[in-house]
Amino acid sequence: MKGKYAASPYLLWMVLFILLPLGLIVYFAFTNAEGSFTLENITQSGNYFPILIRSIWLAAVSTAVCLVLGYPIAYLMSRWRGVSARTITLLIMLPMWMNFLLRTYAWMTILENNGVLNQILGFLGLPALSMINTQGAVVLGMVYNYIPFMILPLHSIMVKIGDDVIQASQDLGARPVDVLRKVILPMSVPGIRAGITMVFVPAVSTFIISQMLGGGSNLMIGDIIELQFLGNAYNPNLGSAIALVLMVVVLLCMSITGFFDDEQMEDTLI
Amino acid sequence: MRKTHKISAAYLGLFMLFLYAPIAILILYSFNNSKGRVFTGFTLKWYRELFHDAAVLDSLMTTITVSLLAAVLSTIIGTMAAIGINRMKGTERSVIMKFTYLPILNPEIITGVSLMLLFVTSRSILNKIHMNFEFGMGTLIVAHVTFDVAYVILNVLPKIKQMDQSIVDAAMDLGCNPVQAFFKATIHEIKPGIVAGFLMALTFSMDDFVVSYFTAGVKYQPLSVLIYSMTKRRVSPEINALSTMIFVVVLAALVIWNALQIRKERQLRLEQSAAVKEGMR
Repeated sequence: MKGKYAASPYLLWMVLFILLPLGLIVYFAFTNAEGSFTLENITQSGNYFPILIRSIWLAAVSTAVCLVLGYPIAYLMSRWRGVSARTITLLIMLPMWMNFLLRTYAWMTILENNGVLNQILGFLGLPALSMINTQGAVVLGMVYNYIPFMILPLHSIMVKIGDDVIQASQDLGARPVDVLRKVILPMSVPGIRAGITMVFVPAVSTFIISQMLGGGSNLMIGDIIELQFLGNAYNPNLGSAIALVLMVVVLLCMSITGFFDDEQMEDTLI
Repeated sequence: MRKTHKISAAYLGLFMLFLYAPIAILILYSFNNSKGRVFTGFTLKWYRELFHDAAVLDSLMTTITVSLLAAVLSTIIGTMAAIGINRMKGTERSVIMKFTYLPILNPEIITGVSLMLLFVTSRSILNKIHMNFEFGMGTLIVAHVTFDVAYVILNVLPKIKQMDQSIVDAAMDLGCNPVQAFFKATIHEIKPGIVAGFLMALTFSMDDFVVSYFTAGVKYQPLSVLIYSMTKRRVSPEINALSTMIFVVVLAALVIWNALQIRKERQLRLEQSAAVKEGMR
């Protein structure tokens, strides 16, 4: 059957606008401004190693918080049926449909030194806190923005756990803790893996949230890349080298969570 | 059992507060008379200013144009791709599917800078042979199609898999060529997937900031890129008025869609129970 050639415009598009640009990142990373081969960019990107470590750390903390906060929500959602299930899903999805710049901006007005939270504290006669431009603010911003990416894959796996399975384990004498530990948790592992990847990858590569909520002193690796491409430091060669390092980090994360291994990806993404 | 219900209700309530408090505050300040953080009185002037802000209206136009064109283009390319991929087997298929996931899984900033490098390189090559190339609508649409098309494929492919292949065979036996068979038979079977893919592509395009930021240039700025520059200056509550309006539009669209969905389900259930009664008689 010749039908498979219907995919050729797409294949051409992929080669031109996905593979070729990725190839250009590699090319720019190993050349200088004159276009001759060099390893200087790679060695120079070593200077940003502490920032890379900070990015991985902040992203890991955010992912852990998303998992702990989101897991019970996903479970509660998965036990509801019909109109109420639909409504709760809608309520959780709705903020996601607001542009994430606006959501992050909202947190800026809350956490600022003369922001909403400090006004409330002042009203209660409590001392003001300095919350903006801290690592905590960055983690908060990332959790707020990315927690739906944790809840949705967890939820799509958990709805498949039948109520009868849970009731059976209870009939067999399992306490609520045992039901969680021996039934629900093991059965939701694919959702946990997908959720971790889908939160960690955007978190480790963000550059807006860290700029808006972290100020200048909590820059992440994404900010450094942005500076090389659109900032004053214009140096696409160095930027490409750092981008290459970021890609390695992301691939490592995916191989650790086993995200690339199975077809489960197809179930959890949509 | 009652106690656990109360705990979960309380937790859900707190979580909703966490989700919606920032949005509520954003909306509240859109009606604030002064620019500062203290609420001094109710006003609608930021909404008026917003509608007279040429930069906002221009970038709204850019966002709508780019998203629509990119969604249409990626729906065409993606649907064709899904038909082709459905015919493939084994390694060929799995390699192409892995690459299809690439733009979804790759960090957005990587997609953004890699496309920017492509456009910068193309510009310097074309300028050498005295041809004109600028960042603008074209680069934006190409960039958007690149990440949109995967969502179309992932929505259409399952529908093609579910489809009864003999419908296409029948159409061909009756004298259709493959293209006619597609428009007369296949398309009706996979329409829900195509529509879902188109809408998803449209949504992701309208919401995109990172890829647009690196591929937009200075002439045409999508709304999200404009919002970004507004947050950097952050002086005018216009941005709050804009968020409020976006929120209301999204809320309305989702509520309507949800109501339609619930009605459809109810109708389906009624029809089923009617059919069951019919069968019993």
